[in-house]
Amino acid sequence: MTMQTPLGRVRGLGSAKNGTHHWWMQRVTAVALVPLTLWFIYSIVSLLGAGHAAAEAWMASPVNAVLMVLLVIATFHHLQLGLQVVIEDYIHGEGVKIAAILIVKLASFALAVLGAFAVLKVAF
Amino acid sequence: MTYINQATAQVARGRMDTGNRPLSPHLQVYRWQWTMALSIIHRATGIALAVGALLMVCWLVSVAQGAEAYASLNAFLSSWIGRLMLFGWTWSLLYHLANGIRHLAWDAGSGLELDAARTTGYAAAAFSVVATIALWAAVYTMTGAFS
Repeated sequence: MTMQTPLGRVRGLGSAKNGTHHWWMQRVTAVALVPLTLWFIYSIVSLLGAGHAAAEAWMASPVNAVLMVLLVIATFHHLQLGLQVVIEDYIHGEGVKIAAILIVKLASFALAVLGAFAVLKVAF
Repeated sequence: MTYINQATAQVARGRMDTGNRPLSPHLQVYRWQWTMALSIIHRATGIALAVGALLMVCWLVSVAQGAEAYASLNAFLSSWIGRLMLFGWTWSLLYHLANGIRHLAWDAGSGLELDAARTTGYAAAAFSVVATIALWAAVYTMTGAFS
């Protein structure tokens, strides 16, 4: 029997024992994505209709390769945090909810590695 | 002290059971408002962009795989359905970007007043539509059509 009030229990790191980490990382990745997204739109528009060789040359450039890997990492980190909240809001069955979050997190991780690998394969 | 309902009373007295928490938001008791729509669209565009991120990876892989894979992905994206999807993703991205900046400003503590929230909401929505059309118009003017 604890003498703590419910408020006392959730103070500090809170009931999920995770504090504000989820919220904070969503903001960190959001801030990173603002310039990266604008750069990506500009790059894609400049590559439209230019063909495979141009896209390959673009991705082989060190600056573009690094920015592209950063964009992939920030995108999938941000995306899995966001989808996690959507799943937590709308799926109420505990088993299905955890399974869905697991799939989103694992798939995001795999796709981020795949995307980064593709960039590095062209760059090196 | 009287409270509007049992759950509120429990919260106030610090004795809330996990099974009887007030649910938020009670969509059915609110009058429909512009800012609510913007908030829901932010989430919807976020989900759409998660699917769009799959396309981004496909595109990166196609560049790595070679000219043939790149050409076949390009052929799909140049079809009318491909263009429609790209147009949708362009708007989703620009909306989520503009409204996301609005969210970051709120997190920094500014723009939370009713008038400011409404004005920046209109601005984000207007920007996303205008910028999407302008971007596509610019692309079509530059390239004729992309192939």
